[in-house]
Amino acid sequence: MSINSIEKFPTYLAIPPLKKDSMAGNGPFKASIEIQKDLGFPGEKVDNWQQVAINKIAETKSKYRSVQVFLDSCMKCGVCTDKCHYYLGTADPKNMPVARQDLFRSVYRRHFTFAGKYFPKLVGAKDFDEDMLDDWYNYFHQCSQCRRCAVFCPIGIDTAEISMAAREIMNAIGVGQKYPNQILGKINKIGNNLGMPEPALRDTLADLEEEIEEETGASVKLPLDIKNSEVLMVTPSADFFAEPHIDGLIGYAKVFHQSGVSWTLSSYASEAANFGMFIGNYDVMRQGALRIRKAALDLNVKRVVVGECGHAWRVAYSFWNTLTGLGSGGSDEYSLKLQNQLDSNYPQPQHMIEFTYDLIQRDKLSFDKSKNDHRVVTFHDSCNVARGSNMGDIENGQFILPREVIKAACNNFSDMHKSTIKSATFCCGGGGGLLTDDLIDLRIKGAKPRMHALKRSEQDNGVNTLAAICAICKSQFSKVLPNYDFDPYMIVSVHQLVSDAIILTKDSET
Amino acid sequence: MSLISIFFTLFFYFSVLIFITGLSYKVVQYWNTPAPLKIPIAPAPLTKSGVFLRLAKEVFLFATLFKSSKWTWLFGWSFHLALVLLFFRHLVYFWPGEIPLILLKTEPLKYAAYPLIFGLIGLLGRRIFVDRVRYISAPSDYLMLLLIILIGASGMLMTFANNHPNMLLVKNFAEGLITFQWSELPKEAIFLAHIFPVFFLIAIFPISKLLHGPGIFFAPTLNQVDDARKKRHISNWAMQKEKNTKIDLDHNQDKGS
Repeated sequence: MSINSIEKFPTYLAIPPLKKDSMAGNGPFKASIEIQKDLGFPGEKVDNWQQVAINKIAETKSKYRSVQVFLDSCMKCGVCTDKCHYYLGTADPKNMPVARQDLFRSVYRRHFTFAGKYFPKLVGAKDFDEDMLDDWYNYFHQCSQCRRCAVFCPIGIDTAEISMAAREIMNAIGVGQKYPNQILGKINKIGNNLGMPEPALRDTLADLEEEIEEETGASVKLPLDIKNSEVLMVTPSADFFAEPHIDGLIGYAKVFHQSGVSWTLSSYASEAANFGMFIGNYDVMRQGALRIRKAALDLNVKRVVVGECGHAWRVAYSFWNTLTGLGSGGSDEYSLKLQNQLDSNYPQPQHMIEFTYDLIQRDKLSFDKSKNDHRVVTFHDSCNVARGSNMGDIENGQFILPREVIKAACNNFSDMHKSTIKSATFCCGGGGGLLTDDLIDLRIKGAKPRMHALKRSEQDNGVNTLAAICAICKSQFSKVLPNYDFDPYMIVSVHQLVSDAIILTKDSET
Repeated sequence: MSLISIFFTLFFYFSVLIFITGLSYKVVQYWNTPAPLKIPIAPAPLTKSGVFLRLAKEVFLFATLFKSSKWTWLFGWSFHLALVLLFFRHLVYFWPGEIPLILLKTEPLKYAAYPLIFGLIGLLGRRIFVDRVRYISAPSDYLMLLLIILIGASGMLMTFANNHPNMLLVKNFAEGLITFQWSELPKEAIFLAHIFPVFFLIAIFPISKLLHGPGIFFAPTLNQVDDARKKRHISNWAMQKEKNTKIDLDHNQDKGS
């Protein structure tokens, strides 16, 4: 498809009037029997699926306070209704956060509450029948779990928690989504989402080293499986092959080169992404995290640093310590072994942005900012970083640090409208396990609010570069930017900006 | 005692019984249900005092609602604030024995009925006229607003339109409910229309969306400290699972889950 034949969407943004069933459909491709079985789920929809699902709802709400409290608490005030990018982009009322939750809540009420059992019509309680299950599958896969609605909910209801629980329940009855579940199978077997084995990874890294040396004259290394390195770098596997991600990886390598800190990638844990979060499955998410823990122990590293990946950073920052004891403060034997090995002078894990920012603060890096003078840069806060993590252990550090790193490498920086950045940032439209071609229509429409804000920045401030720290955002933007009349190459990694401006020491023994 | 007084007396105790047992059940359920993961939502406080401040701002000022929708905040906040003020205004009726001076000075609080009705009409209007909010509304959502409007309107008609029931009867009835010395209530329809929906709402509190009251305190998004890297947060069921999987620490062989 040539750029010219792509349907162009308007970039103005208004709260649309409801267009019922505008996104009705069958949802994304379903996972095959093999894919489901690999993850320990039933291969096909089980015969007594309704009973199994109800039992699973009971189990889930007894294990997750969020689910139980959020199902009870909503007072239907409706202030979330215009906060979801998928609603703003599609006008389908079931994409309003509360209406999406209500798909779940109506079933909960029918089967678990007094009012729903005896007065279902009065309180909007509904049976869990085939139609309802179809709606679940369709609309819980039109949620990128970006948590923007949760920022605006007066009682803290987080639709992502409900959407994760719903996917977990659907997997339990054998109705799974192909895209994330297939990828999870690969990471469990091979170690990354791509299914890229160790020799291929080694070749790629060697090629990159050559490329960097040709271009800069500096022998910047991308080490793999080097024991006793200071840092284990865990990055989304997209960084190894996709554009623009790979230029970010080159950026990390250059920063490590300048820092003099020894580092290594791991072929066993060559993936920071953890789609276990998207399907709401604790065990699957833990398996992914355990690979990283094992690699950290095997390689005997002192620090673990995570590359540019939104949900990976949420999992790493918020969940790794819980899942694997990778962090501090654990007193059990399990966490202690790792904690004794890791250097407690640094937060564990650290984000690459924190690593680079720290070097900048200590004047360890020098930049030729003019290398980025052809750019007017804006920063897209990725949802999971913005709303589910922190950096630098200072209030709002996750907004401050990436911007400071960009400003250290670029002269021209300009933020998008304040209602669309930081904690109120709009999703790229492809997060939460939706970055698949069978959902391309949804992805294009869901990007609309972000594209609108970007268009305004382009018009008002001449912005021509969109920087992000999330592999999914980068892939999604590359794909959808042309639909809104932007150059698809305007999306870059933050560390690509660093890479382009950093002044390298030619002697590799710095 | 007349049949109607007996009915309302029993209705009161029935409602309070459901309220106390139901609400205790829900609070214990929330308390006992683990939050296995750290999920505070931005802007997330890094300290306990930060969490305290955050919840205080939400409970007293509806800070997030203000950020989300100014009109809904205006209607919702004035309605809730008025409700609290009117609660204090009514304590004097129920207070057994000698009434503390402070309760005798609560009469001006009766004007809170105006913001109460203003807020409720606003919320109802929003529910009817904003297509998005209409879509998500169930009959019970309208019914609850209408019931509280009925409470407010009947109260205002009694207070401001000179339809006072016999206040001595009111006082004896209300105080009697607390002291178990039951007495006749005033039988004016307007008074009955005032207390019936009150008792009804007390009864349905633990089985309805009114649970957003206790719910806000239990939302992990709002009540957690953002310190996952510094402190290991783990639920009992996850810890149990960890112990059962017997990870071989010496050989670093993770068996998975």
